[in-house]
Amino acid sequence: MPLAESLSLDLAMARVGFGRYAAYPIASAAGIFTNVVFGLMRGSILLALFAQRERIGAYDASATLTYVWLTQGLLNVVAMWGWQDLAIRVRTGDIATDLIRPIHPLRAALAADYGRAAYQLLVRAVPPILVGIVIFRTSLPPSPVAWLAFAVSLTLAIAVSLGFRFVYNVAAFWTTDHRGAMILALVVMSVFSGFTIPIQFFPPWLAAIASATPFPSMIQTPVDVWIGALSGSSLVGALVAQLAWAAALLGLSYGLFARGTRRLVIQGG
Amino acid sequence: MGDVRDLPELYVRLVAARIRAQLQYRASFAMETFGTLLVSFIDFVAILVIFANVPQLGSWSMPEVALLYGISGLAFAITDLILGHLDDFPRLVRDGNFDLLLVRPRGTLFQILTGDFQLRRLGKATGGLIVLAYAFSQLNVAWDPGRVIVLVLAIPAATAIFASVWIATICVAFWAVEGREASNAFSYGGQFLAQFPINIYDTWLRRFLAYLFPVAFVAYFPALYILAKPDPLGLPDWLRFMSPLVAALALVVAGRVWAIGVRHYQSAGG
Amino acid sequence: MPIIEVEHVEKEFTVRRPLGRLRRERVRVRAVVDLTFAIERASIVGYIGPNGAGKSTTVKMLTGILVPTRGRISVAGLVPTRQRMRLAGKIGVMFGQRVQLWWDLPLVESFDLLRHVYRVPADRHRENLLRFRDLLELDPFLNTPVRQLSLGQRIRGELTAAMLHDPEIVFLDEPTIGLDVIAKQRVREFLLQANRDRGVTVLLTTHDLADIERLCSRVLILDRGRLIYDGDVPSLKSRFGKERVLVVDLEETAPPLRLAGARVVRVEGPRQWIAFDGDRTSAAELTGAVAAQAPLRDLTVEEPEIEDVVRRIYEEQPE
Repeated sequence: MPLAESLSLDLAMARVGFGRYAAYPIASAAGIFTNVVFGLMRGSILLALFAQRERIGAYDASATLTYVWLTQGLLNVVAMWGWQDLAIRVRTGDIATDLIRPIHPLRAALAADYGRAAYQLLVRAVPPILVGIVIFRTSLPPSPVAWLAFAVSLTLAIAVSLGFRFVYNVAAFWTTDHRGAMILALVVMSVFSGFTIPIQFFPPWLAAIASATPFPSMIQTPVDVWIGALSGSSLVGALVAQLAWAAALLGLSYGLFARGTRRLVIQGG
Repeated sequence: MGDVRDLPELYVRLVAARIRAQLQYRASFAMETFGTLLVSFIDFVAILVIFANVPQLGSWSMPEVALLYGISGLAFAITDLILGHLDDFPRLVRDGNFDLLLVRPRGTLFQILTGDFQLRRLGKATGGLIVLAYAFSQLNVAWDPGRVIVLVLAIPAATAIFASVWIATICVAFWAVEGREASNAFSYGGQFLAQFPINIYDTWLRRFLAYLFPVAFVAYFPALYILAKPDPLGLPDWLRFMSPLVAALALVVAGRVWAIGVRHYQSAGG
Repeated sequence: MPIIEVEHVEKEFTVRRPLGRLRRERVRVRAVVDLTFAIERASIVGYIGPNGAGKSTTVKMLTGILVPTRGRISVAGLVPTRQRMRLAGKIGVMFGQRVQLWWDLPLVESFDLLRHVYRVPADRHRENLLRFRDLLELDPFLNTPVRQLSLGQRIRGELTAAMLHDPEIVFLDEPTIGLDVIAKQRVREFLLQANRDRGVTVLLTTHDLADIERLCSRVLILDRGRLIYDGDVPSLKSRFGKERVLVVDLEETAPPLRLAGARVVRVEGPRQWIAFDGDRTSAAELTGAVAAQAPLRDLTVEEPEIEDVVRRIYEEQPE
């Protein structure tokens, strides 16, 4: 397939992903409201730590507030609450029709997910981040380079997140219970991504475990880039780690999916 | 309203039927129960991490916060078990299946609560129990009859408060089905808030969420009494005994809000 | 005294209509307009009309689901919305496409749960269930989970569920839709018997004219929220529904046939549509006449659709 044609297909998938969510404006408003209320609560709790300490790792009170409002915005962008579209298609057998399309299901899912993420970024992420900036004086990335680095980091974070989600969805080829797998995945993701609490707050041994996983690449890295906790070589290192995790998880997804479909073909679903 | 004397028996009968159906799928049942057990620990991990950095949070020690977490976690798990499927009720409104509930000789809320009872949610309760046991093993509580009574009443009172908030706020679906997620801010948000000492929150957040949605009566006031702890907020001591009363009041309010929601559905046609 | 009384009932809804890209306007829509009728105990009444005519809005008001905007309703001596739960014990409801039974439980367990929901005494329940098992031939699938039942089996289960508590009135929405001929016949016979033996009043909405013909002593026709016909079936048919259509497939393409007492209304290749007056000519006579003129391969008779009948009635209405 020529490149231009193939890219326009990606774009079409992205537009579908975007449109699916844009169809429910009231649901989005309700979701924003909930994200903001949780932001208020999380901010209060984490600030209480700084009544006793000046800073924890790279985080002072102000950086922590920025972290709270940024994560409240980004949690939908990186689909913190999970995604089971693929698993459901596997369970129902609809996946068979995806296989005869001119675009590989993984690529289609990635394109659609960027569409979804674009919508979530514009509609769900901006309001909580603005609440943080206007009411709590949270900070913006300090320089144009930091802005650029944040954009790159978030783009990679979405790919890492999708790669991970694709892997636990593919489990549906082998188990009748993808929901159980998904719940376990979400627990691990929620803690080790740095969404529940910044990884810098972890005791060293736990932080070391977290750092060895792809999860910080989904939330903690873009947030650290935004608040300027990463710069110079540490910034480059973090972005390279994200890229590596994205490649590894998407590669794993590709391989598992191929094995899963072969199994499907042999056993006839 | 009709005769309600046989409601408890009918409740057991209907819920037992749901459980029988669910036990047909044992493998996935076990996995999901284990999953919900782990979910209930996520917030406790945050508490552990917080106390790895500071010895106290708003003058509360780690085992004291664990007591708050245990009470609210256990109560919320029970609430979730009893009416977590309330989250699916907006779909009934959207698809028009709420109509079916209105042509049966039982209350709509009762029918929803017995409609899709999910036993796997029991996993969450285990998490709350474990943390509660841990808290008491670390705290030197001077047990006396008063404390036992306050603790024993705190769990059902907290459950009733969570249930009331959940019922009252999910009613948003009667007016705007797609807006149901807003109720999460209060149902799940209320539980999140109750895990921590309310004196650490900003004044207006405390007034709004802790008193208006009476989350402060879930764990904070009963825990103050059990621990014989001076209130960092300096509020009157009698508040420590008010949880059951506040819970009863909350249930009445929630019932009224639900009735208003049903009335709206009946005039607007869902 | 009539078991259902409806006096000057109206129902208005507020709907939001998009107005340009972002703005919306609120519009009041009258779904039911000045509706008045009464239904006697132990009758079977068909309630028909095109989609969106206000049929289900009316049924919802009669069963207490919706509050009328104006007017007075009395069902079994009760005001539906004010005494909804008491009324619920006296009526049975079956909405064609909605599942009332417990999806993942055996049929018989659903019935047992309903017994407790409706507070039916055990011996009464046993007796009723025995009768329904016999009439609707439920035994072969009584222990099958509802999700595994065929549509016809499920409908029979739903009918049982709607009537196990001895309701005085049953409201049935499209009870035979999607069923094969034999299943339809079984459902109709069941309703007739329940009506005859127990004096159950039946109000049914349907698109199937055969349902109306076999079951109903009276029909109410609704169009755009207004009652436009209230009377018995024979006079409805003689006035509006007597034209039937014979569709014939000839061996070869032929010019439109010339037939006494009938006219060809459409020709498509070898297929011709022949309209005739059902009172004056029988389909058999007409078929003979056709066969005498051209070799015949196949034929069917189209009954007038309820929509056609309603349209014709509507055309007769003064604006």
